[in-house]
Amino acid sequence: MTRATRRRLEFVIERLLFVCAAASVLVTVGIIGVLAFETVGFFREVPVTDFLFGTVWTPLFSDRQFGVLPLVAGTLLVSSIAMLFALPTGVLAAIYLSEYAPSSVRRVVKPILEILAGIPTVVYGYFALLYVTPLLQQVFPSMSAFNALSPGLVMGIMILPLVSSLSEDALHAVPNGLREGAYALGATRMQAALRVVVPAAFSGISASFILAASRAIGETMIVAIAAGQQPKMTLNPLESVETMTAYIVQVSLGDSPSGSLQFRTIFAVGMLLFVMTFALNLISNWLRRRFREVY
Amino acid sequence: MSTAASRLAGDRLLQLSGILVLGLALVTLGALIADVFSDGWARLSWQFLTSPPSRFPAVAGIYPQLLGSLYVMLVTAALTLPMGIAAALYLEEYGGGGRMARIIEVNIANLAGVPSVIYGLLGLGLFVRWMNLGPSVLAGAATLALLVLPVVILSTREALRTVPMSAREGSYALGATKWQTIWHQVLPSSLPGIFTGLILAMSRAIGETAPLVTIGALTYIPFAPTGLDSRFTVLPIQIYNWVSRPQAPFLENAAAGIIVLLFLLLTMNSVAVVLRDRFQKVRS
Amino acid sequence: MVPTGQPKPITPVKIAVAGMNFFYGKTQALTDITINLHANLVTAFIGPSGCGKSTFLRTLNRMNDIIPSARVEGSVTIDDENIYGPGTDVVDLRKRVGMVFQKSNPFPKSIFENVAYGLRINGMATSRGDLEGRVEESLKAAAIWDEVKDRLETSALALSGGQQQRLCIARALAIQPQILLMDEPASALDPIATQRIEELVYQLKRDYTIIIVTHNMQQAARVSDSTAFFWLGRLVEYGPTEKIFTNPAEKLTEDYVTGRFG
Repeated sequence: MTRATRRRLEFVIERLLFVCAAASVLVTVGIIGVLAFETVGFFREVPVTDFLFGTVWTPLFSDRQFGVLPLVAGTLLVSSIAMLFALPTGVLAAIYLSEYAPSSVRRVVKPILEILAGIPTVVYGYFALLYVTPLLQQVFPSMSAFNALSPGLVMGIMILPLVSSLSEDALHAVPNGLREGAYALGATRMQAALRVVVPAAFSGISASFILAASRAIGETMIVAIAAGQQPKMTLNPLESVETMTAYIVQVSLGDSPSGSLQFRTIFAVGMLLFVMTFALNLISNWLRRRFREVY
Repeated sequence: MSTAASRLAGDRLLQLSGILVLGLALVTLGALIADVFSDGWARLSWQFLTSPPSRFPAVAGIYPQLLGSLYVMLVTAALTLPMGIAAALYLEEYGGGGRMARIIEVNIANLAGVPSVIYGLLGLGLFVRWMNLGPSVLAGAATLALLVLPVVILSTREALRTVPMSAREGSYALGATKWQTIWHQVLPSSLPGIFTGLILAMSRAIGETAPLVTIGALTYIPFAPTGLDSRFTVLPIQIYNWVSRPQAPFLENAAAGIIVLLFLLLTMNSVAVVLRDRFQKVRS
Repeated sequence: MVPTGQPKPITPVKIAVAGMNFFYGKTQALTDITINLHANLVTAFIGPSGCGKSTFLRTLNRMNDIIPSARVEGSVTIDDENIYGPGTDVVDLRKRVGMVFQKSNPFPKSIFENVAYGLRINGMATSRGDLEGRVEESLKAAAIWDEVKDRLETSALALSGGQQQRLCIARALAIQPQILLMDEPASALDPIATQRIEELVYQLKRDYTIIIVTHNMQQAARVSDSTAFFWLGRLVEYGPTEKIFTNPAEKLTEDYVTGRFG
């Protein structure tokens, strides 16, 4: 191969690889494009204010109303339960693993957490519906078969490894010098951990919370199986609710003709979901960058 | 002094609560596995694995769904691996710290956090309708390929990073061009790591339900997929279908299906772990 | 070792460096280096750590190009061509100027494939037989043929440190460079392996121009014909090795070679 041919080949290869890398940007463009296209079509028939502020969601019934707030309420209710469970437990687990646990324990525990994170969500849904719900019904007899509490708790277990490992990374990044300084002043591990290390890792830990919240909001199968299909504005975790994600699955399984208004609702709901999770991810990234700059 | 004692008590309490939390996670995992196995083990049989689904739960099986899962997974791997390696190569070997590279990196990180059902909507709008692929194996695989692309890119980059700079320098010093160095030195050395990453990405893909439901994979398909353009279903969707029925025999089927799914995942992850260990042993 | 008392052979200038400044981003690592390196001699670069001798060595085959923030001013002329000129083919340059690294870096392939790699990518062998012949020649030139001739297909990583380094030398020699740059080639080796490398360098200078960076002054004194002393990115003194070590012109040089600092 001549010198000139080789140089041209190298150039072509580099461009090709660049295109493949840049194509990932196209994926984001595609997501936003598809969602926006159908959402715009949706808003031509349904006023934005009705959608965003209405409290009745019955697009599949004859009396069609398109207030999305019940779906949002359902999503937030289940996610809040998941976060209330996963946040404290995840941080506690992270503190233990980072500050106390001997390496033998870590070597056993970390794979178990990875397994928990890797179980398909449809399996968690089964577990929530058929094991956790009956268990909880013994404690709360008034709880209905579909409810928010059971998938919320199970989702919390699923998210626990995420919170734990991200928080652990944040704790690990705190320089040992800070810990040793605290110990040298006579602090116990608890005091060093709670008063020095955790505050120093605060940005990273909050970033992990927000990422976990985003994950909870976007989760689909656990709620599709165990939470129900009754959109309601309620704060009662014992009742059945419907989340944004479960609604999308419900319509996809049904036979709404494509191009119809009912069909478009899943894109409108999807757009709202995307905006919420994207915003959370951005905040989480910003927090994590701030945390990295400190050291 | 009492404060010293209370400090030590606090210390012990913190340690204990950490252990309790991890114990809870362990117990939950155990309960889940025990529950699934007790519900579904009896239903597992050769008949279950080789029969098509049916309205009658006692004779229903998961054969087309298993094949659908495997087929979709293969096509997904074929679609995502070249793109993922190419993108990772660009970012690791060519991009440097350039602004374009950083934009791409941020974008990939964001894509990793997008809910899987949104990828389903993307697939529905782009592949199924706009590109007219219909709810086919190709559309499903393309959707999943985009979903797992960030995973493949990330793990490929890590594999590329394990190749030491000295190997590249040695190649350049002999007059090799950048691509020759990548093709002859960097890629062969990082292949095991790339493959491990691919397996992990596929184990994610095989458990995905929501995106495939959204693009229109049906819940009742009595035949195995015949080609890229055929309709299909996958094992998780069948599990979901059975779980949605209140009758106990369907729930048993769901549990049995879950056992099969977990077994597949266990196998894939074990292969990945074994590969990773052998790969590390070869390096040192 | 060059016997003392004999006049040094005057050989033509192989590498002429004029007014070189080198920058890593904003940091200047080399200042105003001007030096003529002669053919078929061994020139040693000595100086304390961080003085820029390795950096300067790497400018001679443009290895610093792979560092994005590196910037070079000035010229390096090899065979009447400024290698930093606009039309230079870096790939071709590196065929003419070979390099051996401080920590031996054989590829994770067989011994044969390690040496054959340079030949393959540069299309230098016309047939399998030709390839095998050239590999054998290079391994002999690096004084390692006898030790590996029966196990050419085994992994290069199984060799000892000293053997790996000689393999890397064979690999560099295979593409028939005229100049060989050696960056502390024996610093990671035990004394016996070091001695073999030094003997090899002495043999090789018949056919090659060798520049060797070393922090070991005794090694420089043993092995080289000329020595250049660097300090804080500048060339302090350059001359016949004997003179540098017994009667240097600069006080700084004298302080360094007598061990007053380093």
